[in-house]
Amino acid sequence: MIQFSNVSKRYSNGYEALKDVSFQLDKADMAFLTGHSGAGKSTLLKMIPLIERPSAGSITIDEKPLAQVKRRKIPALRRDIGIIFQDSKLLNDRTVFDNVALPLLVSGEHHPREVGRRVRAALDKVGLLQRENDSPIYLSGGERQRVGIARAVVNRPKVLIADEPTGNLDPTLSREIMLLFEQFNQVGVTVLIASHDLELIGAMGKCIMALRNGRLLAGEGRPHR
Amino acid sequence: MRLKRTKQKPPRPAAQRSQVGVKQRLRNYFALHFHVLTTSLAQLGRSLGGNLMTIMVIGIALALPATLHVFLSKVDSLGASWQESAKVSLFLKASLPAQALSGLMTELNSWPEVGSLEYISPEQALEEFKQTSGLGDAMEFLDQNPLPGVVLVSPALAHQAPAAVESLLQRLSQRSEVDLAQLDLEWLQRLFGLIKLAERAVLLLGGLLVLAVLFVIGNTIRLAIQSRHDEIEVVKLIGGSDAFVRRPFLYNGMWFGLFGGLLAWLLVNVLLVNLDEPVRQLAELYGSDFSLGLVDIKTTLLLLLLGPLFGLLGAWLATGRHLRAIEPS
Repeated sequence: MIQFSNVSKRYSNGYEALKDVSFQLDKADMAFLTGHSGAGKSTLLKMIPLIERPSAGSITIDEKPLAQVKRRKIPALRRDIGIIFQDSKLLNDRTVFDNVALPLLVSGEHHPREVGRRVRAALDKVGLLQRENDSPIYLSGGERQRVGIARAVVNRPKVLIADEPTGNLDPTLSREIMLLFEQFNQVGVTVLIASHDLELIGAMGKCIMALRNGRLLAGEGRPHR
Repeated sequence: MRLKRTKQKPPRPAAQRSQVGVKQRLRNYFALHFHVLTTSLAQLGRSLGGNLMTIMVIGIALALPATLHVFLSKVDSLGASWQESAKVSLFLKASLPAQALSGLMTELNSWPEVGSLEYISPEQALEEFKQTSGLGDAMEFLDQNPLPGVVLVSPALAHQAPAAVESLLQRLSQRSEVDLAQLDLEWLQRLFGLIKLAERAVLLLGGLLVLAVLFVIGNTIRLAIQSRHDEIEVVKLIGGSDAFVRRPFLYNGMWFGLFGGLLAWLLVNVLLVNLDEPVRQLAELYGSDFSLGLVDIKTTLLLLLLGPLFGLLGAWLATGRHLRAIEPS
């Protein structure tokens, strides 16, 4: 599903964020990416939706090399990937419903009735259906993050990536968010989550990949459990 | 806090998505365009104060060349109607016998280019001169009448174009009975020359003002892009194409142009209404019933079409330049 082969990333200022990283995630795998701040977790995640491109090595998703994806094809690639951020990146001038509906509008493949049905199903899944008409500014941190998750899954992506999705949440909320990810993983979505909360990800019993100074400590091949 | 547990099945993964037909895609595409069209209008209304200023600038910039264009086209049409009444004056030789005069009149009447003829004898001319010049008493001291006989030749309807009248003038001036052939409307031709010059100036001024409109709209859209930087980044992150991101800004520019065009139309009409009375009074002094009236249908359509077009163009230039620079990070 997702394969990194000897991927390195060197920024224009000379900083090497990733060094020779190789791993593979199969369909319906769920894995955590951990490491200290600046270890390269975010850089690695950004390469999957082509926010960043590798300086060396290759990445394939569904056996399609990302190096071959032209600029104008990047939106289509991103529509198959659900992305969740630590700060949830919601649009405060729109309602919760409109935020979650955005990926469906962007894809342009859905009738308004279908959009409504899907958005409500996604909000129901994250337990926020009753807040659909609220502005995100009235939501708590956990609620905002769940809206972000609803937005990421509403278009039924093949892959979910999350960068420190529980970074701003207390342990109970963090656990609930992780359980949500697990539920999506159980229906066949490949999930990759970057988190430095070792206690939390350890409790999930999933694959863990550790990065240190841009290198994957677990070595090449499948991530270790 | 507990997450709400539902019996609903989790979403199916992407691989299981239903395929959408071309017809449905088209329907969704137009529905999306309509949605963006209405939301961009609503957005314009939400910050009406600032947007009104932009619309006014666009309106005034479009109104200036539009007013000049309307004014010149009115004068042009007035000149054309005067052109239709152009007459050639044939000043006959002093010693022309009556028989030759009669022969000339008969021959000219048979020419297809000639519509009508009017003969003014030297006596009639003198009488008229005495009455209009105020030099009647002075004329009494002259031994003989110095004025020649004059034949006024009006071109036929089909031969009233400037070139045809010019050709008739040439032909008449070569007649042996004629001392001098003169076209009465040479001053009108000079006026036409001035109008042509003014039209060119209006065209150049219009071009400059259109550039100004493009810059104003482009700058407004640039500010809108900056203020929605985060939104654009999010939309691009979730797979929004350049066209999708650009669309609301294009509609925004189109609305600015449309409202600017409407305002320009209104301003031009207000100007014409205000100028109409003094122009009418001035025209009356020259024996004309000329009036400015209101903006004609052609100019109205031009303003209402060009306004949105310039808006779209300005927005396109601004989005092309600034949207590309915003990428998720």
